[in-house]
Amino acid sequence: MTEPLVRPKRKNPLRKTREPLLPQGVRSRTALGLTAAAAEGRFQLQVCAECAAVIYPPRDACPRCLSARLPFRDVDNRGTLLVETTIRTSTDVYFRERMPWRIGTVKLDAGPSIVAHLHGDLREGERTRLQLKLDKSGQAIVIAMPMEDSPNMQDDPQWRELTCDPKFRRVLITDGRTAVGQAMAEALSEAGASMVFVGIADPWKPFPGEEKLRRLERVEVVALDLTDTTSVNECAGEYAPKIEILINTAEHVRSGGIVERKGLTIAREELEVRYFGLTRLAQAFGPVLRARGADGVNSAAAFVNLLSVYALVNWPSYGAFSATEAACLSAAQSLRAELQPGGVKVLNVFFGPLETEWYQVVPPPKVAPSAVARATVHALKQGLEDVFVGDVADDIRARLAVNPKALERELGS
Amino acid sequence: MARQPYDGIVVAAPITVPYRRYSTNSAHWWVGRAVHDVIRKAGLKSSDIDGLSLSSFTVGPDTAIGLTQHLGLSPRWLDHVPLGGASGVVALRRAARAVQCGDAEFVVCVAGDTNQVDSFRRMLSTFSRFAQDAVYPYGSGGPNASFALITRNYMKHYGATREDFGKICVAQRTNALSFPHALMKKPLTLDGYMGARAISDPIHLFDCVMPCAGAEAFLVCRDDVAKSLGLPAARLLGTIERHNAFPDDPIQYRGGWVLDIGELYAMAGVTAKDVNFVQTYDDYPVICMMQIEDLGFCGKGEAPAFVRSHTLTADGSFPHNTSGGQLSVGQAGAAGGFLGLVEAVRQLVGEPLGAAVANAKVGLVSGFGMVTYDRGLASGAALLGANA
Repeated sequence: MTEPLVRPKRKNPLRKTREPLLPQGVRSRTALGLTAAAAEGRFQLQVCAECAAVIYPPRDACPRCLSARLPFRDVDNRGTLLVETTIRTSTDVYFRERMPWRIGTVKLDAGPSIVAHLHGDLREGERTRLQLKLDKSGQAIVIAMPMEDSPNMQDDPQWRELTCDPKFRRVLITDGRTAVGQAMAEALSEAGASMVFVGIADPWKPFPGEEKLRRLERVEVVALDLTDTTSVNECAGEYAPKIEILINTAEHVRSGGIVERKGLTIAREELEVRYFGLTRLAQAFGPVLRARGADGVNSAAAFVNLLSVYALVNWPSYGAFSATEAACLSAAQSLRAELQPGGVKVLNVFFGPLETEWYQVVPPPKVAPSAVARATVHALKQGLEDVFVGDVADDIRARLAVNPKALERELGS
Repeated sequence: MARQPYDGIVVAAPITVPYRRYSTNSAHWWVGRAVHDVIRKAGLKSSDIDGLSLSSFTVGPDTAIGLTQHLGLSPRWLDHVPLGGASGVVALRRAARAVQCGDAEFVVCVAGDTNQVDSFRRMLSTFSRFAQDAVYPYGSGGPNASFALITRNYMKHYGATREDFGKICVAQRTNALSFPHALMKKPLTLDGYMGARAISDPIHLFDCVMPCAGAEAFLVCRDDVAKSLGLPAARLLGTIERHNAFPDDPIQYRGGWVLDIGELYAMAGVTAKDVNFVQTYDDYPVICMMQIEDLGFCGKGEAPAFVRSHTLTADGSFPHNTSGGQLSVGQAGAAGGFLGLVEAVRQLVGEPLGAAVANAKVGLVSGFGMVTYDRGLASGAALLGANA
């Protein structure tokens, strides 16, 4: 059984912060198919389109029939841990400071043998389920998990290296005026975060839900205006070294396309809140998060972007809004690469229209703010990178994969 | 069609360039020393060498062709054998056919690698595509971790104990004490073996070879040519190689020898009982056990009992890795795949540098190498005989 994690002591400011190191992150292009699956929490391996052989490690020719058609497909993740070893000496600096480290050979029911990391609760000879996860280098690895969940299993040190679990971490939610921001504060507090700081612009202005928000356990309201560089920098000066997860809940939703709007006022506001807000956060908090990527049990773990799924493809009814969201998605991709050296993940949570006043005229299905919050906590606990919440987001993603041009026409009609 | 015999082909001029733990010299330097020593020992000139076979992990960006210009050779037959621990046997069998067919008269087979302070770590992460994608990111334990899994599985299935592996390591150290080029010259006891620190369970320190710099080489030519030069030589009786055998075994417990061993003995006209000494590839003692089984000295799973009932020393029952093997001499990269072969030739021509095997008439040399994912892919073996 995993020993429960002990709440980390207050940091000694005189001690050197451990610098982030990464496991080897180079992969063949084909092996990046595993990374794509891991980013979404799927277990996929190559399956030969001609002879149905399940293949691992990733290859460019089927070892059974030499076919080159080897798409990644969802595969039964169950198997048996045949043997294990505890590595006590490693040539790699990342693993050296994390020794001992267990790995083992798993015979997958579907066919191949897979050398995998081992969860601490799994023993030699036992049945196991495999998961694909992203390690600190951002690349996919396989970890073998026990068949049954056990108490505290999320605290296993090898598992925690792969996740961004909020337990004992401190969180900044950047905008607590929104319904999503408030749901997020509640969900993170429940998920065991040590502290949830919630940013509010002009805190002297009352807002709906304020009373409930302030009553939540381990939640503290802080002054933060994403449209004001000075405010963001002041907030970062005080809180950046004290947070390990940042969740940007800023919203600016207005309907309408590009042509019908008079002038640039609304477009500027959208960009000010969303794109420049994200940029301000990245510049003020990014360097500190990145430097604290290996700072003990509560190392900096994640920067979370909440994005409209229309960042992926424009929805002309909300055309200008979609364009701003697309800018934020693009910035998030850059941010992901820039935070990678610290082993800090950038999570993108995509969703369709929310159950809020700004989507009043949009027919259902719509996503409840609490669902976005739950999905975000789940993604942090699982160490995911891309998350789709609700039916609309799933639908857009599926249609995009099939025919992006068709989707463009359909959304425009 | 039956395999053609290697009648009239011999191996001569066994050379070991004394190993060093670390070297500031390049692989080219080590290879050059070995070729130089072969030519001098055989009484030849560089211009006589018309065949060259090279094995090296660290000679990059060069390959065998670059070495021809570097060493000033103009061979009419050239080979590069990147097969790690199987490279000695494979280089020999290809060279033997070239000489037999008249494509070359004198083939120098050489393996050499340097070892610089960080070169082993750098090699591990880029050893193969599968290592990069599916091994190195898993704790970066290197071959120690891969062989730990194979060892653990073998122990579980066949009842081998750490003491059994220890016996192999201790016997090899005993052999090494009289071998002048062994890097590890401190006597090893079973207690010392058992008490060593764990590296990757169940692998402990003395199960592991020490990476080092060094080179090994030999000359392949016709028997009559060797005789005319007055060169002592060993006859090539038979060879086999096999790669990626048994890909569906979930974990490796046997090697490619199993598929071809009958033909090896048939070709040589001898049986396992006629073999006076064996040089196995000993990157980890479990692989020695696997070879003792797969080369026909006992049945599958019987090697632990076999090891318990033999001394494994050069002067005892079942002389095995008579120079001390890589476990005591050191692993000089690809030269590790030549070490047993070169030692076998020395024993058969009566020029051992250390302990001699009494009455050595037939020797068996085995090679094994290239763990690109979870198992050694390459295997090979050669039977050599003393020239009557």
